[in-house]
Amino acid sequence: MTGISASARVKRPRGGAPLLMALPALLLFGLFALLPMVFVVILSVSKWDGLGDISWAGGANWSHLWNSGVTRHALWLTAKVMIFSWVIQTPISLLLGVFLAGRQRYRALLAAVFFVPLLLSSAAVALAYRNLLDPNFGLTQSLKDGPFDLLAKDWLGNQNLVLFTVIFVISWQFVPFHSLLYQAGVRQIPATMYEAARLDGASTIQQFFFVTLPQLRYTIVTSSTLMLVGSLTYFDVVFIMTGGGPGYSTRLLPLDMYITGFQSHDFGEASAIAVVLVAAGLAISLGLVKFSGFSRMQSQTAGA
Amino acid sequence: MIVFSRKKATLGAALGAVTLFAAACGSSGPSGSGGGGGASAWALTGGSQSTFQVSQKNWNAANAKDKVSYQFYANDAYKQKVRVAIGANDAPVLFENWGGGSLKDYANAGKLEALTPSLTAAVKAKYLPSVVNVASFGGQLYGVPINGTQPVVLYYNKDLFAKVGAQPPKTWDDLMALVPKFKAAGIAPLSLAGGSKWPDLMYLEYLVDRIGGPTVFQNIVDGKPGAWSDPAVIKAGQMIHQLVSAGAFANGYQSITYDAGQSSALLYTGKAAMQLMGSWDYAVIQAAQSDFVKSGKLAWTNFPTVTGGQGDPADIVGNPANYFSVTKSSTAVEKASAEKYLKDGVMDGAYVDDLLKNGNVPPVNGLESKLAAAPNAPWLTYQYDLVKNAPSYQLSWDQALSSSAGDSLLTNLDQLFLKKITPQQFAQNMSKVGK
Repeated sequence: MTGISASARVKRPRGGAPLLMALPALLLFGLFALLPMVFVVILSVSKWDGLGDISWAGGANWSHLWNSGVTRHALWLTAKVMIFSWVIQTPISLLLGVFLAGRQRYRALLAAVFFVPLLLSSAAVALAYRNLLDPNFGLTQSLKDGPFDLLAKDWLGNQNLVLFTVIFVISWQFVPFHSLLYQAGVRQIPATMYEAARLDGASTIQQFFFVTLPQLRYTIVTSSTLMLVGSLTYFDVVFIMTGGGPGYSTRLLPLDMYITGFQSHDFGEASAIAVVLVAAGLAISLGLVKFSGFSRMQSQTAGA
Repeated sequence: MIVFSRKKATLGAALGAVTLFAAACGSSGPSGSGGGGGASAWALTGGSQSTFQVSQKNWNAANAKDKVSYQFYANDAYKQKVRVAIGANDAPVLFENWGGGSLKDYANAGKLEALTPSLTAAVKAKYLPSVVNVASFGGQLYGVPINGTQPVVLYYNKDLFAKVGAQPPKTWDDLMALVPKFKAAGIAPLSLAGGSKWPDLMYLEYLVDRIGGPTVFQNIVDGKPGAWSDPAVIKAGQMIHQLVSAGAFANGYQSITYDAGQSSALLYTGKAAMQLMGSWDYAVIQAAQSDFVKSGKLAWTNFPTVTGGQGDPADIVGNPANYFSVTKSSTAVEKASAEKYLKDGVMDGAYVDDLLKNGNVPPVNGLESKLAAAPNAPWLTYQYDLVKNAPSYQLSWDQALSSSAGDSLLTNLDQLFLKKITPQQFAQNMSKVGK
């Protein structure tokens, strides 16, 4: 997100009183984002159990974090979630977005249906899925010995499946949002481009690959950035559905941070994990912006 | 000039908005109970919730100046919530707790108000000593028991036992022999809310006590070196693995949580034959399906003995009681209201009767005659005798230990139940955590 505003600032013609206009936002940002972040960095080199006094710990939290198998596992899980949710969500939301961009009335109706998950709170989604997938009373269990026997698995209790269950639910929740992005992206493509393509004899599929997809390039970058950085913050759904279990199978980095801080009462190490999360989020979003050429954003409709 | 003043106005408005926003954030603490007097209280859902609600209504009607206002929270998230609130000096006046090591953490950090001498004397005269002791540290009393004593017992479904023609297990070998019998009948032998983790602990607590007696855990609490590697702990771990390997636990036990009610539902819907659980489960089942209790299908027994074990078969584990403690951050007026309620409101006649009605045994002296006359008399008398005759009443380990050790214990135990670690690794991991 930072990348977008930075690039916008570069492009905008100078003049007026930009600093003054930005002041309220900067103040809010400083008060509620930067200041807490400074505290987190300070806490990450301190020892605090949440009750007593805060004392200096030096690099103890960091060396413990470095050697902790649990945190390393959490980091690996987070990377897995990041990759899998991108691989699953991007094609689905891209296709859905392109489909929904059509002006037909039935598509507008379907769009309303598809966007329902977006309107539900994460807690409600997680609770609903936890009950649907309950190993004894869930909906999936009623499919046993039927044609869908394959679905009657212990989705939340099986350590090999549970991560994918979580990725599925997260995707179910966020695909509508990304579809919305793509829908808006597609609608901005000038109709003249398609006309030109049709005159040149391009089929629908060719139009998709040679007009729609290239034109959606920046939408893809935006959506991917949101997805990848967003997967560093997946907490509520996972926490309610599995609590990080069974064992450590779904203890993603944000969960590891919460459990270390609020269940083991080790706020120092939890803050160290938080710093890792912030650094990873910044690195990913800056990296994506840099390598995708997003910061050199130019009009793509030249010649249209 | 006009431009300048407009700029200034915008700036002023923006700054004003920021300060307002900040102020709004700062004043949203939960501690206020409205007005000067009265006491806010945090308590757990389920179990004794209905008793608290009745007590609140009765007390507030008679004591307009010293009102109590309860707020209820689900068990699993409650401990974190309390800890954060107390750490931030933003806690309610009264909060429900389990006594033991986690309460001692708060007392040591100076977050609790010790009860006044007069209240202490009144509490000591009213309640069973073994229960009062759990909330007293360094000669000071920090909590008043507020609900029934909660021993852990083995509940079972009588119908299912009749169906396979089995008797409730008296020894560990009986229990192991029952596992294939129930499985053959398509019934899960044991229901376990493994997703909540603390129900796992009941097996470890009982097995360690049956094998090695209460001294094994006392050594752990005292922080003696090698206490976690005691042969009794290792053997208990092996026996747990034995149960898991035999497939004794209900399908998907790793993801069943207790708060959601599924583990108890397995028992009363006839899907699982037994559940090891605290005495509060009786009230939970009664609330969920009273017919199951009324028709006498719900039965209970002691945890099986282990052949050759040193522990007394009459030993029990569980929670001697839950307690209300007074936080130091409350105002003097609030504290006074709270103490008044603790002295005269908690465990008055109607309160005790209401606990009894819901199948709880209040840990107060001289209750025998009331028990026999109460509804649910067999269950109440069983519990009272169990507690009265127990040579050792071990507080749940996660509460007896400091909260950071308690949490590592639950995580490592989860790994043990998943067979991800061996009993030896479990002992090693726990030794590293200390007490």
